[in-house]
Order: sequence, then structure tokens, then C-alpha cells
Amino acid sequence: MKRVNKLLSVFAAGVLFAGALAGCGGGKDAKQDAIKIGGCLEMTGGSASFGISSKNGIELALKNVNQKGVLGGKKVELVVADNKSEASEALNAMQKLISQDKVVAVIGPNLSSACIASSAINNAGKVLAITPMGTNPDVTVDPKSGKTRDYNFRACFIDPFQGTVMANFAAKEMGLKRAAIMIDNTSDYSKGLATFFKENFIKNGCEVVSEEAYLQKDTDFKSTLTKIKATNPDFIYIPGYYQEVGLIIKQAREIGLNIAIAGGDGWDSAKLPEIAGKEALNGTFFCNLYSPDDTSDLNKNFVAEYQKMFNAKPDVFAALAHDSAMAIVKGIEDAKSADPAKVAAAMAKIKDLQGVSGAITFDDKHNPIKSAVIIEHVDGKQTFKTKINP
Amino acid sequence: MDNFLQQFCQQLINGISLGSIYALIALGYTMIYGIIKLINFAHGDIYMIGAYFGFFATTQLGVGFIPAIIIAMAGAAIVGIIIERIAYRPMRNAPRIAILITAIGVSFFLEYGMILLVSPQPRTFPAVFSPTVYHMGPLVANSQQLVILISALILMVTLSYIVNSTKAGKAMRAVSFDADAARLMGINIDKVISMTFALGSALAAAGGVLVGVYYNSIDPLMGMMPGLKAFVAAVLGGIGIIPGAMMGGIILGVVEAMVSGFLSSTFRDAAAFGILILILLYKPAGLLGKNVREKV
Repeated sequence: MKRVNKLLSVFAAGVLFAGALAGCGGGKDAKQDAIKIGGCLEMTGGSASFGISSKNGIELALKNVNQKGVLGGKKVELVVADNKSEASEALNAMQKLISQDKVVAVIGPNLSSACIASSAINNAGKVLAITPMGTNPDVTVDPKSGKTRDYNFRACFIDPFQGTVMANFAAKEMGLKRAAIMIDNTSDYSKGLATFFKENFIKNGCEVVSEEAYLQKDTDFKSTLTKIKATNPDFIYIPGYYQEVGLIIKQAREIGLNIAIAGGDGWDSAKLPEIAGKEALNGTFFCNLYSPDDTSDLNKNFVAEYQKMFNAKPDVFAALAHDSAMAIVKGIEDAKSADPAKVAAAMAKIKDLQGVSGAITFDDKHNPIKSAVIIEHVDGKQTFKTKINP
Repeated sequence: MDNFLQQFCQQLINGISLGSIYALIALGYTMIYGIIKLINFAHGDIYMIGAYFGFFATTQLGVGFIPAIIIAMAGAAIVGIIIERIAYRPMRNAPRIAILITAIGVSFFLEYGMILLVSPQPRTFPAVFSPTVYHMGPLVANSQQLVILISALILMVTLSYIVNSTKAGKAMRAVSFDADAARLMGINIDKVISMTFALGSALAAAGGVLVGVYYNSIDPLMGMMPGLKAFVAAVLGGIGIIPGAMMGGIILGVVEAMVSGFLSSTFRDAAAFGILILILLYKPAGLLGKNVREKV
């Protein structure tokens, strides 16, 4: 008898909950003439900070857009679905945005694995999804057929591009000639960057004098660095993550290797100065997608407004989500329609859209051709050094 | 040739400072094996716990290097005694494989328990003394490397003194030689085993603090690899033999430095574990071990 009661109460709770949901849906119908953009974002879970920053960036972009409105004064509205930082949940969130909320376009997810998982849904629904930070090449290109996914875009450049940027910066701007490379052998990201760095550094008439490898979680690099020192380089390229990079830089300075050291966006962490030590970091550079200290007017305004709205400095996720939203709005305007398929077609043709992280033009793989920033560490602080155009 | 010699000497310096840390951890392995014939796979994690004790002592209590290392050694000694009391003592008469599996369980418990307590994020060890770099001609060494070497030497000498010249050490040697006979002579075996765990754990903790100071970064899984390497060092020198562990640690450190310096850094771990395979194949008792005929 008791069990029946329990079942009944569960059922009753279910009915109540469904009713509450229906009520929510009813409330939203009132704003039917607004254009809806979906945000399939990491609001909870391990990467929650990515999603929260992205949402802030999008909200700021839409606030500015809505002062005028698009397509003759229509407002653009953001609907966020939480993908819980998981690929499987991203699928559900994407499905909900497309079939239930009927959004025109989706921003997100940020995690490459989640983008790849949910791409089947938004391609079937013919709704475009633009990822602010999904850097894996497979996000926009189907690795099996090698064809570009029609409805997937990204606002960031893909990883290997950073290697090219750093090679050009070191060779042309810094006038360095002899590089040593240290590769994190456990990471495809690191190998990709190193390959492109080497290729382009040599193309600039320079020399790679030694190539060494390490593994994630290694702590002692002195032997390798001693070996590198003997080859007499004027530059070390370490496209790794901050934990090992911090130790490498610290130990390099300890054995008297006081030359320029550079890497990619895996360095971007407040922990790096703590691990390496502020002094050791002088003369080190890394390449990133965005710097809040970028001196363009567009970015200065963005940073000021962002600080006013959210009381924090924008990070790379906020900036790229902001630019993603701007690209979608531009797509809607160019298509002169809020039809998802037309917007996607118009977006693929965007040329030189000025964003806070640089100008965006999509290539035939839906990757943006855009500039990168070089950041220098000065007494432990990240300082904007220069912007490198592709 | 000059260049080669200079490289060789520099790698020797690097190798010895790395090796003295392996030696400190290997000592604990060897002592515990010597006394209860248990490969304590949780030993690498005691080293990690020691590093965290040192970290909290310097950051929360604001003490200097020497008090921090003493606090860490005392803390880890207590943890070692507790682990022995709770996890190993009830298994004293169980088959050896069961105790070994318990040790692996304790290792996971410490690793993931610490992740729960202190988060998996690596912590940066505060600089407890400013590093000075010494140049000896073309060779470079820094004060941290010297501190590691000197601390390791002091601890090893102290340990040798305790084991060889004190009553407690005599009891330890007696238990290690023949536990049943020792009990008949009136030695409290449980107490001796507890003390062995305390000593071994304290040495590992000292290693942990030294590594924290040297590399500046600690995390809850930091004990995995050094734990395995120290095990190799202990086997290399002859497990159960205290001078063997010291020698094995230093040899292993130097071999690793030479392999990454003259071959490739990716072969470093392969070389370390290759040594384990070779020694088990050709001299299973270790470099300092004597082949003892099994009593029947």
C-alpha cells in the first residue's frame, strides 16, 4: 500500500512539474517577433567559466545591436541552454534550442568535443552553429569525407596557425636565427604548433638547431636544457601548457639560458608567473587570440563597456563570443531574412567584419582568416606586444 | 672533446641532485621491505603528503625551510604509522599478494583523497630561500641543488646512525633478520614496525619538501612517477639493503640525466624501467645483494 502511495506522489509531482514547464513556454510566446539566437554554452561543469564569459560577451554585443535593432527594428534575443561542459549534454541542448526555441543561429559550444558531437544536430536542422573557441580542425570539416560542414563556423583560428604566427614574429620582428623546439609529446596541440613553426621558421631562412620532447607531468628538464644550451640557440619555442612550461622556463634560467622563449595560448594562465617566477619570465612571449590590452578603438570600447556591465576584464571567451554574435547579426542583415539557412549562406560570405579580436573573413573551411596577438611577460604581467596579420 | 666533458660534468650535477631525491624515497621502500617484506606502493604518495605538509607549513604558518621540513617529516611519520596500523597490521599474516593489493588501494586512497581535500590544481611552493647560482668555470649549479644534496646526505647519515648504532636500530635489524626469533627475545615487533614506517615516511616527506622547493610546483598525483622510480632504485641497489637504496637512487638519477642529455629525453623513462628489467633478469638480488640460498 505504501509503495502505491509513493508512486502516486511521484506521478503527481511529475504532473505539477510538466505544468510549470508549460507555463514557462507560454510566457515566452509573448515576445514572438524578436529574433532568437541560441547559446549552447558551458554554464555548469568543469568549463563553466568558458560559458559564463561567452554569455557575457554575447549579451554585451546584443545590447549594442538592439539599440537600433535588425531587419527594420527587430530585437535580437539570446536563449541560453546549458551544455554542462559535456559532449552528450551539448547534443540535448542543441536539440532543444533548434526544435523547441526555434533559434535562427547558435553560438557555442566552446569545447571542440562538444561542437563535433552536436554538429550532426544543427546540420540536420539546417541551423548554423559558430563556436567561439572550438579550435579542433574537425569542428568545421568532416574528417571522413574532408568536406566542410555547411552549418559549422568558428570565430577563433585553428591551432597550427599559432605556430606560423610565432615563426614569423621571431624571424621578422625579433631577428632571431637559431631556434630550439621543445614539444609536449603527449599533446596533438603541441605537435601541430611545432610542425607549423618549424616549417615557417625555415622558410624565413632561419635554422632549427635542436628538437627535444617531453611528457606532461615531467618535472625535471635540466638535462634536456643543458643539451639544448650546447647547441647554442638564440630562441626556444615551447608550444606546451603552462604547468610544464613554467618549470622549463624556471630551470632554463637556472642553468643560465637567458634567451627569448616563446609559445602558444597554452601559456595563458595566472599560474605561469607563480611557477616560473616573475623574473625568469622576462623575455618570454606567447601568441594568443585576443588581448584585452589591444589598442584598437573597437576593443577599447568593448573593454570599457564590459567592465561597466560585469565588473571584470573580458577574457578571450567573452571577446570571441562577442564577435560570434556580431557575425550572426551581420549574416542576418546580409540575408535580409531571419531564415536560418539563408543566414548561414550569407555568413559564409562575410568579408572583413571588424570584431574586437580583429577582422574576420571566413575561408572555404569556415575558419576565420584573422590576426593574432603577441603577448610579452614584463615582470610577471601579460603585456600586449603587437598584432600579427596573417 | 672539451665540450663533451663539460656537458658530461653538467649532466652529472643534474643527475646527482635528481638522484638524491630518488634515494630519499627509495630508503623508505627498502626499510619497509626489509622489515615486513612488503612493497609499499603507497610510499610515493607519502612523499606527496609530505610535500603538502611542507607547503601548508610555509604558507599557513609562515615558517622557514628547516622548520617546514621538520613539520613535514613529523606529519608524514604520523600518517605512515596510521596507515600501517589501519591498513597493514590487520593483514600481517595474510598472503603477500593481498597486502600488496592493499598497498595499491592505500595509494589510490591517498591520491584521490588529496584531490578531494586540496583540489587537483597544482600549487606553487613559496620561495623559502632565494636561489643563488654558482658558476664553476663553465659549470652551473644553484643553491637549491646543493641544499638537496646536503639535506639528503645529512638524513642518510642520521639514518645509518639510527639503524647501526642505537638500540632501536638493533631491534629493527633483529626483526628484519628473523621476526619470530626477535619476538622470542622480547622485542615488541609492532612497535618496531611502526617505527620503521615512521622513519621511512619521514624521509619520503623530506624528499617531498625538497622537490617542492626545487621545482616550485606540487600536485596530488606528483608521487606516482617518483614512487615508481624510487622502487626501481631500491631494486637496483638490492631491496632491503639501506646503502643499496642510496646507491641505486644516485645511479638512476645520473643514468636518466645522461640519457636525456646524450640520447633523447623521450628515452629517459624507458631507460629507468629498462634497468629494472635488466637487474631482475641478471642480478635479482640487486647490486649490493648477496644471493642467499633459500632455506628449506
